[in-house]
Amino acid sequence: MSELKRTALYDLHVEMGARMVPFAGYEMPVQYALGVMKEHLHCRAAAGLFDVSHMGQVIVRPLSGDLADAARGVERMVPVDVLGLKQGRQRYAMFTDTAGGILDDLMVANRGDHLFLVVNAACKAADIAHLRASLSDSCEVTEVADRALLALQGPAAETVLEAIAPGVAAMRFMDVVTLDGPFGALWISRSGYTGEDGFEVSVPGDRALDFARALLAEAAVQPIGLGARDSLRLEAGLCLYGNDIDTTTTPVEAALSWAIQKARRTDGARAGGFPGADRILRELDAGPARLRVGLLPQTRAPMREGTRLFAAQEGGAPIGAVTSGAFGPSVGVPISMGYVPVDLAAEGTKLWGEVRGKRLPVDVAALPFRPSTYKR
Amino acid sequence: MKFTEEHEWLRVEDDLVVVGITGHAAEQLGDVVFVDLPDEGTVVSKDDEVVVIESVKAASDILAPLDGEIVEVNSALTDTPSMVNDDPLGEAWFFKMKVEDLSALDDMMDEAAYKAFIG
Repeated sequence: MSELKRTALYDLHVEMGARMVPFAGYEMPVQYALGVMKEHLHCRAAAGLFDVSHMGQVIVRPLSGDLADAARGVERMVPVDVLGLKQGRQRYAMFTDTAGGILDDLMVANRGDHLFLVVNAACKAADIAHLRASLSDSCEVTEVADRALLALQGPAAETVLEAIAPGVAAMRFMDVVTLDGPFGALWISRSGYTGEDGFEVSVPGDRALDFARALLAEAAVQPIGLGARDSLRLEAGLCLYGNDIDTTTTPVEAALSWAIQKARRTDGARAGGFPGADRILRELDAGPARLRVGLLPQTRAPMREGTRLFAAQEGGAPIGAVTSGAFGPSVGVPISMGYVPVDLAAEGTKLWGEVRGKRLPVDVAALPFRPSTYKR
Repeated sequence: MKFTEEHEWLRVEDDLVVVGITGHAAEQLGDVVFVDLPDEGTVVSKDDEVVVIESVKAASDILAPLDGEIVEVNSALTDTPSMVNDDPLGEAWFFKMKVEDLSALDDMMDEAAYKAFIG
């Protein structure tokens, strides 16, 4: 097994009492002294700082100098309108495969003369190879390895970051800017993975520690580990790659159709033209066979990943399975997401989840479990 | 109070063995969000899985430390599972067992031995 990598903030995590665990090839903090529950609640009440430097930061630069060439190239890999993405804006996307499955989900930002992509840590080597193979004729693909990535999330995030990086308060959800200051050039997006208002900040690696310390010096800010990051994103109804989405799920099945703009759909200006378009467009037009839904267990027992779902309390084959499940600290009850046949996907449908050999009641529920607070 | 290598504590009270988990175990589990208790009257063998604890991280089993019968469970844990983190050695006992032979506890670790065991 290869050596685990460390982010620029490794020593700070240890200093702050983090429990470090292997995650996607990195040693990452799963929790700090507060513990998962209090970290989660703190992020929703004030502000949480996350080290997400393990994620892949990638620049896609058009060889022609015309960003439209890069956008057209990336559009061959994702079912998303990249050409229509305005400068200074970011949008959610996913790399699909020829069967319509999801290779990874990502953020794409238009930063003027290049596209900036943020991809999942566990997929980044494959994503970069895929980008290079697909775009070799039109773009230079560069992994940004000398920058850390931090997320500041929660209702106090705007006030805290505005004091350090003046200008961010004027940003709207999914805006991206570059701000120069004492911590170098900060590439900032107003986005995140918690359902909270907040920011994701790419900072030069050699300034990351000072930047993190400046944020943590504010009373409103606590460091948040991977444990609470998972429960926060689950309450927000956001997918975790590898759990809720993977190559066996299409974007339509995954209830991510909102991320496929009109231009890429049947009869759109640039309909299809991405891997798996046949299946994905067919599912958009005729409906998929199954859907990702929210699930609310009706007892206090959490229904975790892998829990088999049934239509009846006794007998019958499983009709689906839970892909993510945990206790939701802000909603105060266990919550899950999973896939069910479309005819069992309506909100309020009564299902059964098998926990330790017993079938317990669980209701199909709307996502997110907790309303998001984005500044649109 | 006696301790097992499974991080349980045992205390004899009115000829019954009261069982809970140690502070060390509670800390390792993290915030407890659900406790699934056995039915009173259940007859168990040593190492049977008798209680399931769900924390924010994962599900864990508590094994029966001895052969015997579960005569009482702490139903307060069902409503307030966080007691396991707040008072593991006191209020957050899990169940009381009737056992044939209380002398089985004699071979178990005392507090000093348990402290050495967890390092």
